Amino acid sequence: MSAERFHTIVTTVENKPGVLARVAGLFSRRGFNIESLAVAPTDDERFSRITFTVDVESAPLEQVVNQLNKLINVVDIKELDPADSVSRELMLVTVSADSSRRGALMDLIDDWRAYVLNENDEQIMLSFSARPARLLEFEEQLRPFGITELQRTGRVALPSLGR
Amino acid sequence: MSDNQQMSGGEALVKSLEHEGVDVMFGLPGGAILPVYDPIIDSSIRHILVRHEQGAGHMAEGYAHATGRPGVCMVTSGPAAANVVTPLPDAFLESVPMVCITGQVPYAAIGTDAFQECDTTGITMAVTKHNFLVSDAQDIPRIIHEAFHIATTGRPGPVLVDIPKDIVDPVNPRSAMSWYEATDADMELPGYRPVMEGDRELIRRAAELIRDAERPVLYVGGGVLKARAADALRELAEMVQIPVVTTLMARGAFPDSHELCLGMPGMHGNYTAVTAMQQSDLLISLGARFDDRVTGKLDGFAPDAKIIHVDIDPAELGKVRQTLVGIQGDCRVVIEGIIAAMRELGGADAQVDRTAWRSTVSGWQERFPLVYEQSAPGEKLKPQYVIEELRDHNPSDTIVASGVGQHQMYTSQWWRFDHPYTFVNSGGLGTMGFSIPAAIGAKVGMPDRRVWAVDGDGCFQMTAQELVTASVENIPIKVALLNNSYLGMVRQWQEMFYDERYSEVYLQDRIPDYVKWAEAMGCEAIRVESPEEVAPAIDKANEINDRPVVVEFRTDARENVFPMVPSGKTNSELVVDPSQQDRL
Repeated sequence: MSAERFHTIVTTVENKPGVLARVAGLFSRRGFNIESLAVAPTDDERFSRITFTVDVESAPLEQVVNQLNKLINVVDIKELDPADSVSRELMLVTVSADSSRRGALMDLIDDWRAYVLNENDEQIMLSFSARPARLLEFEEQLRPFGITELQRTGRVALPSLGR
Repeated sequence: MSDNQQMSGGEALVKSLEHEGVDVMFGLPGGAILPVYDPIIDSSIRHILVRHEQGAGHMAEGYAHATGRPGVCMVTSGPAAANVVTPLPDAFLESVPMVCITGQVPYAAIGTDAFQECDTTGITMAVTKHNFLVSDAQDIPRIIHEAFHIATTGRPGPVLVDIPKDIVDPVNPRSAMSWYEATDADMELPGYRPVMEGDRELIRRAAELIRDAERPVLYVGGGVLKARAADALRELAEMVQIPVVTTLMARGAFPDSHELCLGMPGMHGNYTAVTAMQQSDLLISLGARFDDRVTGKLDGFAPDAKIIHVDIDPAELGKVRQTLVGIQGDCRVVIEGIIAAMRELGGADAQVDRTAWRSTVSGWQERFPLVYEQSAPGEKLKPQYVIEELRDHNPSDTIVASGVGQHQMYTSQWWRFDHPYTFVNSGGLGTMGFSIPAAIGAKVGMPDRRVWAVDGDGCFQMTAQELVTASVENIPIKVALLNNSYLGMVRQWQEMFYDERYSEVYLQDRIPDYVKWAEAMGCEAIRVESPEEVAPAIDKANEINDRPVVVEFRTDARENVFPMVPSGKTNSELVVDPSQQDRL
């Protein structure tokens, strides 16, 4: 296991009312810190997947996994070592883009392979998906243009494929 | 699935409880649960009508503690569900199998702030092993079966089933269902897989560590009782000749009168049990959880001890103290595995020589027995004396239920627990008022056994109304009320740690009049003020079996529980009885 502070836990849970509340309640009452959280149904409609990034400095990872396992509606838990998994996060961001700086912004968008989703004379809304650390770097690049609104999804992850 | 008989959800609920083998339930009806109370009239299940919903929950717990079978309580929605909340974390922390059924407003009204609506599943999510909100009448047999399965398997615990009124009310079309006897095959619990068997390699490793340990201690917790493992434990202890400590939740799991038994460890444990653990080189923890009341200040706890930890709940392994060998599994199955592995390693003959350890331990037992000073003529009764007299005037299989506080500690210290399932108490949550309803539940479950509640006056005033239940329902428990007119344990802390500044701990020495109160509730009542009255009063109480008996013992408020590990101190800083201080 790597010494990274943030680990990703992928849980498969029953797709029933209140399951997210059970999981979130467990984290708060046991004092585990969630860095990010993404929830969505899986390809099997009986189950959803909750992907957490947890701060392992707030609690031993094994405790987090063992306590999650005690929830009756949690069917499966996988801990993804950052070194052995692929993670992605999506960001939607609206940036000021008047005519004087629009060209520079469009160059940046091209360089970073972001996509323009929506635009008018003053602003451009774009989407960017990458490793979570890259999202932060891109955000720094956009900041001088003026960020009006920004929304991130929280990370999702899958294990790396074997060679 | 079978049968296909058409019925209402309410009928199906009662029938499902019968199908699960429920013979008694504790409850109190009200609006939302009304339709379930009608079929109860025709049911084989005995229903005990409580006077407060908290009592229903603690009775269900007492029943489960004493019998090993799941306790069942049923109450209505809103305030009733809120009132039954306290027993849920109690059962959760003590790992008591319990199923609690609550009424709920009709499904369509949920979320509208309807009359007597509260978010019962939301409130109880954190204090139950699991809870359900049932949405369809057809699901009732399956969910009730799942609730009992979850409550009784793995690490036992409370399960709550919240039932909206419309799915049980025969006048509502949504209550129509087609009956089936739910079986394990009907369960939909893909995420629930309790593990009973321990890992063979780890068991072998544990047996080797035990064989080679010079100063081992068997640290026995409530999990041994839950796993019905007392016989296996005794076989192991006698085979390897290792001393045993039994935590507050495990008293009776190993006989107090056995030469290997050191009694209770922890904050008010006896000197030998505390110190043997503290100086041990190997703690074999069986179904215990390194509770702070046992460990004292954690970083000074048993500093030289390697840890073998056996628990059915893997989240307990390494939660508090790093383990060398952590074995997930049922205590009985794993202990039997260790015994078998031990035999392969040469059994009793292969053990390291522990003569020195045994003589050290017996030296402590001689130097630091539990002591108290008998009262002088004219002084109030010593509570320890009362417990000793109770112990000596009752059969050893008497079931004792205690409340929480000094009287609880005196009971654990001075009773002799020689049989499993004879001590019913709230060791984890520490719920005042537990003893009277818990004793009632225990007596209902074990009607042929004598049941004494040992209570304090603070506790008594919290749940005494259930003595009305006991009188009316003909449940002849006996209550030893140790009345020192104080919240005694809080008073002790204020005396020792707050410079004798007593804040809000004095109750009153004349009000209430416990004898009149007990008589008003249909009980026989006796007041005892001097030592020579103690035994005759106990004997008289034991002769009365047609109604509950309350014996009020007027005890000395100045008496404190010793030994004591002050909060925040290590177990090496144990404070012994003042008369023993020069022996340290």
